[in-house]
Amino acid sequence: MIERSHHDMGGQPAGKVRRTEHAYDDWELRVDAMMMLLIGVVGGGKRMTVDELRKNIEALPPADYDKMGYYDRWVISLTQTMIQRGVITTDELARKLAEVENRGQGRISPKK
Amino acid sequence: MKSGPDPDFLFSPGDRVRVRRAAPLGHIRTPFYIRGHAGVVERVCGAFANPEELAQQRDGLPAQPLYRVRFRQKDVWPGYRGSAADVIELEIFQHWIEP
Repeated sequence: MIERSHHDMGGQPAGKVRRTEHAYDDWELRVDAMMMLLIGVVGGGKRMTVDELRKNIEALPPADYDKMGYYDRWVISLTQTMIQRGVITTDELARKLAEVENRGQGRISPKK
Repeated sequence: MKSGPDPDFLFSPGDRVRVRRAAPLGHIRTPFYIRGHAGVVERVCGAFANPEELAQQRDGLPAQPLYRVRFRQKDVWPGYRGSAADVIELEIFQHWIEP
């Protein structure tokens, strides 16, 4: 079995902890807001628990876990949870991501 | 989060307890570094739906008693160089501790 999960790093050697605050990007604020809606802190439409969020963050492959930021982990995890709960399907997610990607490319180079 | 009938509280403040050594799968609320260590119950925090079950889309009931347990830092960390009186407190669910 897995004795110590990768995320469970209390007491492990680590680099210096940066104690400075940083500003959040707009997308990070939106992910936070989405999570508050999904766990029912606001809006009254509870779709998941914070414990599921944690479980799916902790299930990230170690290399991905290390390179992701806090809200990167959140958005991957809450998306995974919505698939597990049947709120969205993988196919819907794939098609939406492709749509968003195309939209982004359109913005960068509007003229062909 | 408290719901259902009152659970059986097996421990009280002052009780000496030991954290179980276990490594199950899923979402676990007991950090690796404290497993196997002995401490003293500092307070009873109440009873809450079991987060390890909630993480798996179940209701987590019956509610599990939660305790704040006090450990001596020098017992937890090999070669601890701070004061021998330093403590660390963790909140641990009942199913993770034993007498």
